[in-house]
Amino acid sequence: MSIEFRKEYFADERDDNLNEVGKPTQRQDALGHVTGRSPYFDDHLFDGLLHIRCVRSPHHHARIRRIDTSEAERMPGVVRIITGKDVPHNLNTLLSLLDFGLDDEPLLSDKKVAYKGEPVAAVVAETERAARDAVAKVRVDWEELPAVFDVEDAVKPGAPVVNEVYPKNLFVYHGRYDHQKLRYGDVEAGFRQADRIIEGRYQMSPIEQAPTETCGAIAAPETNDRYVVYTSTQALFFSLDTTSKLLKTPSNRLHFIGGTVGGGFGGKVDSLHEPMAVLGTMLTGRPCKYIFDREEEMQVGAPRGAERWYLKDGVMNDGRIVARKFVGYFDSGAYTRLSSYAIIKGVGHLPGPYTIPNVYADVYCVFTNRTPATAMRGFGITGVDFAIEAHMDKVAHEVGLDPIELRILNAYRDGDMKAHRRLAKNTALIECCQVAAEKAKWPLSQAASQASSLRDGGGERGRLPAHTATDQNGLVSGFTAQSYAKKSRATQPSATPPPQMARHESAPVTPRVEQPRPQPVQPASAPPPPPAATEQRHTRFSSISGLRRR
Amino acid sequence: MAIHRGRGFASINYPIGMNLGGDPSQALVHSNPGGKFMVALSSIDLGQGMKSVTRQIAAETLGVPVEDVYVDTADSDTGPHCMGSFASRGTHRVGNAVIQAAQEARSVMLEAAAEELEVDPADLVTDGKGNIHVKGAPSKSITTAEACGAAQFKQGRTVSGRGIFLIPLSEVDADTGEMTPVSCFAHAALIVDVDVDDETGEIDVIQMNSAYELGRALNPRLVEQQLVGGAWMGMSHAAWETTEPYYPERSHGPLDFNTYLMPGPGDIAPHNIAILERPAPDGPFGGKGPGEMCANPVLPAMVNAVFNAVGVRIDELPITPEKVLRGIRANGGAQPQGRRG
Repeated sequence: MSIEFRKEYFADERDDNLNEVGKPTQRQDALGHVTGRSPYFDDHLFDGLLHIRCVRSPHHHARIRRIDTSEAERMPGVVRIITGKDVPHNLNTLLSLLDFGLDDEPLLSDKKVAYKGEPVAAVVAETERAARDAVAKVRVDWEELPAVFDVEDAVKPGAPVVNEVYPKNLFVYHGRYDHQKLRYGDVEAGFRQADRIIEGRYQMSPIEQAPTETCGAIAAPETNDRYVVYTSTQALFFSLDTTSKLLKTPSNRLHFIGGTVGGGFGGKVDSLHEPMAVLGTMLTGRPCKYIFDREEEMQVGAPRGAERWYLKDGVMNDGRIVARKFVGYFDSGAYTRLSSYAIIKGVGHLPGPYTIPNVYADVYCVFTNRTPATAMRGFGITGVDFAIEAHMDKVAHEVGLDPIELRILNAYRDGDMKAHRRLAKNTALIECCQVAAEKAKWPLSQAASQASSLRDGGGERGRLPAHTATDQNGLVSGFTAQSYAKKSRATQPSATPPPQMARHESAPVTPRVEQPRPQPVQPASAPPPPPAATEQRHTRFSSISGLRRR
Repeated sequence: MAIHRGRGFASINYPIGMNLGGDPSQALVHSNPGGKFMVALSSIDLGQGMKSVTRQIAAETLGVPVEDVYVDTADSDTGPHCMGSFASRGTHRVGNAVIQAAQEARSVMLEAAAEELEVDPADLVTDGKGNIHVKGAPSKSITTAEACGAAQFKQGRTVSGRGIFLIPLSEVDADTGEMTPVSCFAHAALIVDVDVDDETGEIDVIQMNSAYELGRALNPRLVEQQLVGGAWMGMSHAAWETTEPYYPERSHGPLDFNTYLMPGPGDIAPHNIAILERPAPDGPFGGKGPGEMCANPVLPAMVNAVFNAVGVRIDELPITPEKVLRGIRANGGAQPQGRRG
């Protein structure tokens, strides 16, 4: 086990003469952590604290005929039972704060459940034991529905409709397509030109973020008609603004405190606990705690979603990859949460850190009857990197090249055009390959050892393809584009070009170098919407690059 | 029946910050009259070291010792807006906001010092040890504490600063996917050695060798903790963990850490890491963000190592003994590929 800093690489790009940056300073919070004294959200205790436990669906997919809470309400220690009708604005999508996607998920379902474990009622009780006992006494009359679990089954005609906001079980991109496209060059022409075609199918498994501290929040009445919330969130204002929207409460009546979190890994952005804890406090006037137990964290808390990727490469006998095609399916589970956004991130990442002249991708955000997926370390990238790099190994094997040499041969370099149509800069893949090989004593050819990210890029490799094949496969109707990014620029042309069967870009666009963009002079105004605006949100569906229901 | 050693390789890059931008973070910095500084954020420390890295960035920018700075995270009443700690955005976005805030506070501190010393503030430098002096004349100096005290009690100045970092939102073309996804990328290459038992299908991770390029390593110890832990997490994703072992079937889901498999201490592999630092032009002191990407190369490198060891391709994670054994049987026995290095 060793770590070394190879300061000789890129030394002329750094000024290492700094006082504090670059020093192995001990963490500010280390002493508190190792002595067990750092306060986490659950260390904030209140007199009269109530405990919230949810009644959860035992079915993967079912309609709710009736919820009978009468027996549960009579249980000892029960203070209040909350159902969907108690939630002031019971429909949300997490990224509505970025204007991305349609509201599609209730805090407490009252019509239908679409995954096993979906909450339909919450018991607020004096003790956790009392809450658990009362949960068992809530009677729900279910009408079970057929369920679908496989992403490719879910997109077949006639599949059960998981998420009624998206009746084809597919998220809608830009109000236009049922998937996110990447089109760069002409991948079919590339395949015809290639010496061989190499295909693969890859499946990334669902994974639990598994933080030591499970997700949770404690809310309490504060003076001046406010609520204080201690939370394990990874994103304080995400959770605050989500709570503000669901509970139709002005954001300045919410005082959120967090910041010291027992592991997140992406699993603590969903903001399920804060609104429920505050709602419990609003309805009872007492402090309320809502926290996942480990079983809920494992099976109800959103995991890293599964991804399925099909890859097809056109490869020359010398190892150059001339065309790469992806078809990807993200298993979003029953609701959108963040999968739709991760797909855009994934598409911007394709075809991996390689310069390939023809790239194509269709990536689908699919709804299935399982726990909604959410962020996890490497979100949008880890799954497709698994597919790309497992595939690169097959390509190397089939063309008889060393796997590291294949990477260096195809690696992107400074000045190369990337498939998302921006020039690469600040690249260092080749140097990483060389240093890793050196450490493992894996011999490389002289050519591979002498390659550099700083040389031999750009030029022909920096030009956009003369021709890009486009298509309108997967066109949807009933949605229109409305870009959040364009709202302040009304003079811009519409995002929706007139329909054509195929569009070809004959003239390449001038390449743009990715530059750090200047910071705005004015501080960004990101106040959460006033209650009146949140009121409208469920009808004013729109998205980042757009989605608005007609 | 035998144990076969295999080596697998993978290389990756990783986008830093929320894809497409549109994810601002703010910071507020102020001093007390004793010249001690507080950085107020609403950002989250998940254990990754958010408080510590922003503390060093603030101290560096202010020109004061790190002990003179404390960072408070995540109180919505006092900390200005931040999108949150995810998407490897903390160091890059929040770090830049802290620099801007600290620069403003520093300039007030230098103005206060200049007034006390009766010199031009442009001629003043900090020594990073708590002193401000005239460039080239170290004897004409004042401590940062004296300067901040004078600002508060004599001059009526606020030694404070506001910072924000925002990469404006980029659009995505529906037809081509044209976009400006992020402003900088981290890189990694990793080689993993495994032993595969062709009788049981079990794999044993022997060691990892890697090179990570992360921009400037703002705190080398924090980088180390991220990379060592992250690579183990990658190992675990590859061959241990899943919430749905028979995906897409929902059965046999684990309910606790007894049934949710993770490597134990005896499974953990030694990892030899090299850090390369190509500073990001728009990163705080060139820093990128090692948080997420460190796990990514391990997953494919593991399946590639299994192929090198026994000739079996595992295209569905996790790698289980059952899958390895079925693969070996389908091939009519283990087919070790060439030894590498």
